[in-house]
Amino acid sequence: MSPTEKSSKEQELQKEDLLTIHSAKEAVQPFQYSVGRYGSLFLEEMQERKRFLGVRCPKCKRVYIPPREVCGPCFAKMEEAVEVGPRATLMTYTIIRFPFIDPETGDLRPVPFGYGFFQFDGADTLFQHFFPIDDESKVKIGLRFEPVWREERTGSVRDVEQFVLVDD
Amino acid sequence: MDRAAIIGIGQTKAGGRMKDFNYAELLYPAVVAALEDAGITIEDIDNIVTTSNDFWDGRTISSMATGDVSGAWDRNISCVEGDGTFGAFYGMCRVLSGVYGTTLVTAHSKGSESVSPYITNAAFDPIYVRSLGLDMVSACALQARRYMNRYKISEEQCALVSSKNHRNALDNPNAHLQLDLSPEDVMSSRMVCDPLKLYDCSPVSDGAVAVVIANEERTKKLGKRPAWIQAVSFCMDNYLLGDRDLAECAALTKAAKKAYETAGISDPRKEIDVAEVYDAFSYQELMWTEGLGFCDSGEAGRLAESGATRKTGDIPVNPSGGLLASHPVIAAGLIRIAEAVRQIRGEAGKMQVDKDVRTALAHGVNGVAGQSHCVWILGKE
Amino acid sequence: MARRTAIVATGQTHHRSIRRDVNGQELIREAVTRCLEDGELTIDDIDAVVIGNMDHFEGINYVDCWSVDGSGGFMKPTIKLTTGGTTGTTLGIAGYHIVASGAFDKVLVIGWEKNSESDTTGAINTAFDPVWDRPFFAGAIAGLSVTAQSYANMYGATAKDAARVAVRDRRHACLNPYAHLRKEITIEEVLASPMLSDPVCLLDMCPRTDGACAVVYAAEGVAEKICPQPAWVLGASSRHMFSYACDADFQGGSLFSMQRACPDLYKKVGIKEPLKEIDVIEMYQPFSWAGLIWIEDMGLCGKGEGPKLVWDGVTDLGGELPINPSGGVVSTNPIGATGLIRCAEVALQIQGKAGERQVPDVNLAIATGFGGCLWTDLLAYGKKKPE
Repeated sequence: MSPTEKSSKEQELQKEDLLTIHSAKEAVQPFQYSVGRYGSLFLEEMQERKRFLGVRCPKCKRVYIPPREVCGPCFAKMEEAVEVGPRATLMTYTIIRFPFIDPETGDLRPVPFGYGFFQFDGADTLFQHFFPIDDESKVKIGLRFEPVWREERTGSVRDVEQFVLVDD
Repeated sequence: MDRAAIIGIGQTKAGGRMKDFNYAELLYPAVVAALEDAGITIEDIDNIVTTSNDFWDGRTISSMATGDVSGAWDRNISCVEGDGTFGAFYGMCRVLSGVYGTTLVTAHSKGSESVSPYITNAAFDPIYVRSLGLDMVSACALQARRYMNRYKISEEQCALVSSKNHRNALDNPNAHLQLDLSPEDVMSSRMVCDPLKLYDCSPVSDGAVAVVIANEERTKKLGKRPAWIQAVSFCMDNYLLGDRDLAECAALTKAAKKAYETAGISDPRKEIDVAEVYDAFSYQELMWTEGLGFCDSGEAGRLAESGATRKTGDIPVNPSGGLLASHPVIAAGLIRIAEAVRQIRGEAGKMQVDKDVRTALAHGVNGVAGQSHCVWILGKE
Repeated sequence: MARRTAIVATGQTHHRSIRRDVNGQELIREAVTRCLEDGELTIDDIDAVVIGNMDHFEGINYVDCWSVDGSGGFMKPTIKLTTGGTTGTTLGIAGYHIVASGAFDKVLVIGWEKNSESDTTGAINTAFDPVWDRPFFAGAIAGLSVTAQSYANMYGATAKDAARVAVRDRRHACLNPYAHLRKEITIEEVLASPMLSDPVCLLDMCPRTDGACAVVYAAEGVAEKICPQPAWVLGASSRHMFSYACDADFQGGSLFSMQRACPDLYKKVGIKEPLKEIDVIEMYQPFSWAGLIWIEDMGLCGKGEGPKLVWDGVTDLGGELPINPSGGVVSTNPIGATGLIRCAEVALQIQGKAGERQVPDVNLAIATGFGGCLWTDLLAYGKKKPE
């Protein structure tokens, strides 16, 4: 068979319009993540008493937030709850400008938004949250921030709306 | 030739919906128990292999959640995504490679956190099969029908397996379900997916398990009651259900053959003293006992009827109750290994079989309807 | 029985943004076929298959089972590993241990990804803790840009310094027929490209790519029969620490896992002066800034001195220690394959088969992996079989 006399089968295989199967918003995988004992205590403090709790390692004395059962470096069980913050120092940050699909909602997350890592007074690890970017020039590493609480709180990290510069 | 042994085992009691614990909090007690059981501390652990599944956990790097509680801090670590028997295989390789002396192998799963048909549906080919809505149960129902049809296996024979395993689990403090089910109870349970009735199916459980594997040198130093690894062999069949002969388990037969060769076993029925196999469904225990060579093809129904696979029989299968009583996915195969270790040590309590256990077999499966099998042979020596 | 182990054959696809012409299995098969050809092997010669990718990019569960048609694992022992971005090097390390252990003589290791099939950032977000991290996180770009911000703040490095790294890698990629992006860029173009996440611009960041890579590991005694110059594994190291995004210390933006993995690897291999002794590095450098920060964390120079090393041309092809002669990750990034491509490229360098991107006289080469919560994997390969 000459190259020009391709069978209809071969012609089909060379089709330009290659297919794609879409598995989109209709395809969901719902989850009920267990927060765990430590996280539950933390979220409850946030919701009920607008307080942040960390846990302290009995060996190295580091205070972790978010709280968890085991200090990774020491492999030790932690049991001491410690209040931290509410003020925090901005340790690093960025401003997210590119759109992406949030897997939790299936929708595009609105951008731009300020995303910062805050070190609460008294804590050794950092805490992620949003900060306002109406004046980007104001944001610098080392500045002090404080949380803005929502009126209606549900026991989630979003009970804090965002962190704002401390007006001192 | 260097050898390796399992020197420590630890397990949580499996449950239905353990909502008080996140993945890390579920696994940590198992790790602590395994270290205690081995009589060592985390400092004696040279490296770690965790086992998890991104879909079951709802996290695409599922190993991230369990790093801290597995001793990941400043240690070499890796993660296998597959049944725990595969994870433990890699954990064993990492000591036999000469690089590390001990490996901590962990496995966890919380099936309760999502909807299992969605999770297992994701295992099916997205182009041709997935939209049909197949999941693990319906696929295994197809296999059950093929197998039972070819070999004239009856639902009653399957029910015997389920009843045996559920009753065995009454003596297993770690089992999720502890139900005193008679074969009649199984037969009259509601049809889930023909021919699988409720009690022909394993539950989907929450649970975690950890084992410590050590090379020969460290076993002699640290291991108090080692279970020596005599062979590990695994093999994977074709993928699309229609490409496979679902009534046979060719991959298991091949894996078992290689394991027996390595371990120097010529008559598994006689030389294996107890077996913990991956009975996600009652028919599967029958199929796998054939694939493992405990009886000829198609004879497993009669084997079950004879009582040979009971705790008191000559080839006890799943004295722990198997998956039918307790099924944290991913962890299930590693739990089979842990149960086999208990039998070898003579520490299985009321689950201990009625004979001297010198050689035990543990078996795990990955994928749908027994596509990929891993066979472990453990021994007192 | 512990045995020395080497990479004896490699294969990769021509990496592209979107490979609409193949489904995942076919993509894998392309790399596998090329790899077997490279080693003059058939699939029957392969004793076991080790495969990996990052699950949520394609949404396929139990990929070891699904990929049979592509991997050749039919009726063979097959196992899957995944650790996110580090998957490729995790696979490279697994091939090494599995063969060294004596379990098999010849193992086919495959890393692959069809990143076009999903929203990459969205998928990466699911890697992180759903309660604490996901509401705020924006994938790798966010996690990396905060380290760059921190580094710049502490050491005064500039966007221009970072851009010089991207320019280097993109220039190297022009010599690599497999690379995804094969067009040079200038510093001005990098600085002018859209800002993704301060301070990281589009051209600072890796693309997302469809691609696959396969290598064969063989044991001593077998390796030498397959290829004249096996790439011997000298050692490997991994540090996968931190369960929560903010557990890392972001002061100065250092890659802590790299700072811990390198001493472990150097000790295993006997490296005392990395800048002098290492001949080439294929670094999993997902964005330009990492090319400044992580070379410091590898001990090639002191903290804050990364820019100078780069501007001096030390890390260019032709320099004292070329980094990413393949073009690296900013030129090509099929995530599950990326780490394994580092191993394959390093093997090609040792074998003398790296074509136009060949570094002369490669005796000791390092492949690095990155991913997860700022994790590091390292592998060292050598021309000479280790003692």
